[in-house]
Amino acid sequence: MKTIAELEAIRQKTLKEVGMRTDNDSIRVVVGMATCGIAAGARPVMQAFLTETQKRDIHNVTVTATGCIGVCSLEPIVDIIDKDGTKVTYVNMTPEKVAKVVLEHLANGKVCSEYTLKENQ
Amino acid sequence: MQLFRSHVLVCGGTGCTSSNSEAIMTELNENLAKNQLDNEVKVVQTGCFGLCEEGPIMVIYPEGTMYCRVDVKDVPEIVEEHLLKGRLVTRLLEASSQLQEDNQDIEQSSFFKKQLRVALRNCGRINPEEIDEYIAFDGYKALAKALTDMSPAEVIQTIKDSGLRGRGGGGFPTGTKWDFAAQQVNDEKYVCCNADEGDPGAFMDRSVLEGDPHSVIEAMTIAGYAIGATHGFVYVRAEYPIAVHRLQIAIDQAREYGLLGDNILDTGFKFDLEIRLGAGAFVCGEETALMTSIEGKRGEPRVRPPFPAVKGLWQKPTILNNVETFANIPVILLKGSEWFASMGTEKSKGTKVFAVGGKINNTGLVEIPMGTTLREVVYEIGGGIPNGKKFKAAQTGGPSGGCIPASHIDTPIDYESLIELGAMMGSGGLIVMDEDTCMVDIAKFFLEFTVDESCGKCTPCRLGTRRMKDILEKITLGKGVMSDIDELETLARDIKASSLCALGQTAPNPVLSTLLYFRDEYEAHIRDKKCPAGSCKALLAYEIIEENCKSCGLCAKNCPVSAITGNKKEKIPFVIDPILCVKCGVCFEKCPFEAIKK
Repeated sequence: MKTIAELEAIRQKTLKEVGMRTDNDSIRVVVGMATCGIAAGARPVMQAFLTETQKRDIHNVTVTATGCIGVCSLEPIVDIIDKDGTKVTYVNMTPEKVAKVVLEHLANGKVCSEYTLKENQ
Repeated sequence: MQLFRSHVLVCGGTGCTSSNSEAIMTELNENLAKNQLDNEVKVVQTGCFGLCEEGPIMVIYPEGTMYCRVDVKDVPEIVEEHLLKGRLVTRLLEASSQLQEDNQDIEQSSFFKKQLRVALRNCGRINPEEIDEYIAFDGYKALAKALTDMSPAEVIQTIKDSGLRGRGGGGFPTGTKWDFAAQQVNDEKYVCCNADEGDPGAFMDRSVLEGDPHSVIEAMTIAGYAIGATHGFVYVRAEYPIAVHRLQIAIDQAREYGLLGDNILDTGFKFDLEIRLGAGAFVCGEETALMTSIEGKRGEPRVRPPFPAVKGLWQKPTILNNVETFANIPVILLKGSEWFASMGTEKSKGTKVFAVGGKINNTGLVEIPMGTTLREVVYEIGGGIPNGKKFKAAQTGGPSGGCIPASHIDTPIDYESLIELGAMMGSGGLIVMDEDTCMVDIAKFFLEFTVDESCGKCTPCRLGTRRMKDILEKITLGKGVMSDIDELETLARDIKASSLCALGQTAPNPVLSTLLYFRDEYEAHIRDKKCPAGSCKALLAYEIIEENCKSCGLCAKNCPVSAITGNKKEKIPFVIDPILCVKCGVCFEKCPFEAIKK
């Protein structure tokens, strides 16, 4: 038999999973997954985002795929769009770089400027 | 716990299931595995999204993209394009959002924009077979609140203050009904849920049970606490297999979590539920007949008073509420009576779910605040009438209700205004009719239904409705006389006044209401032997207009009884032999030159 506290714990836990189905104001991680992106290794990059956020118990993040952005030479490209709409574009991503971005940008709100489009054009 | 980056929600309501949504789910899972996406994307079966016309429906989160009329063949493309590469499959988008690729918010589409989903809040959002998902969206929070923070009297007062009225059709204030039962002193009381949805074309109760069964279980438990009952019954028709299946799963899960049974949520409160299957008799939707049926007897109504709140099931105080009424209860307790009372009109609070069908583009389930006009429902949410036809009338309340003619299309929909028009809210079936619908024929259709479904216990209903049907049949066959109309009115008055239960008391309504607004159509059938809508076969005569006929012979080629003759080569116009003609209308449909009139 469940108590009210246990019910609340189930609510919190499940909400992390199903919260994306309601209007949410989470940070969006958008991975370029066109043919160019996939060829350059976008799949492992996306998977790394999923495992890293889960490992660090970060829940206000949605990871989605998008089409070709147009700078195929810099793929895999990842956009991170904050709640206020500011966008940071990371280029030439690898699973190792993802680990750092998740820790610094998603967990601590600090942009990893060495990987951004601005620094790598 | 496994977290997924995307959830694909596939409608598992009866409508979409019958158009193959289960095969779509299987195909989805296979394709996800093939593309190694099965650890990233979760497939969830949900209840009805409401847009049944466009089914099978699929919604992909976090984007909230809605795909319509999805076929099993479309699934590999959706997986590879949308889920793997992040590109929209534009051709499957909902029609009104198809033009704006960057705005995929389904809430903004014309179908959803004017809707307000309270009773349907979880339909199409949660997996009804997962109690945890219901709990995540504040499920069982209202029950916890009632059991720990509120006295039974406070629960009843909150429901009273909210102004909630019975959604099954009667419109009786729910809080008052609960109060009557609470005041009775008895060792045993019962809570019943009426899920015996019988109106032709109505399917909101089924959809709630299929999409959100826990909301009904939670509300019934709250009702049990409020009136002091420990046992409940859900009376649901056996023709709703998916609803019964999901409800049973939900009851089992609730028992497992201790949300039903002894000592609920460790508060000492005790309540449990059982399902009773109805065999599909319409009369068992009437409260006293329903309870007689639960007792294991033949489903026949009895005289009221005593009302069920005093003497109901097994002569014990009983409350009986409709599925949709119950679905509103948990939200009212959580958000408060003022929140609920802020929606709707002066005497009709909250929202109402309608099953919209008939001659309308978006057939489906809509939930609107009370006071929304019929025009908004038909033209904005419903997407208008197909083939550019004219709106003639809308029928509400099924065989107990009446029609709202085009002249009253701007009437705000609530209990009072519908009664004033001679229609009624009913359980929420809303059938739209266009210019090709014959109103005498519609009245006859509903009378045929009540004749079939009358239980036979009382004479006015058993014989009276049959006589009315006979007269209507005579009129549609062109054999009516003017005095038939007076006779219909006399019979209607007598049946209404003397029938035992609501089935008979309301059975004449479709006739009275069509007589009120479309008396000229009755007269045309009788006096001119003409059906103005061109729908009554016996009064139809197909004829070829000579000057329009191009002698193409298409009509003769398609005529199933070879009633049309003419000569294509010599350009002799074709003619229909009225004696051979069976009035099937094929020639009328096939003629490319509109040379055939009826």
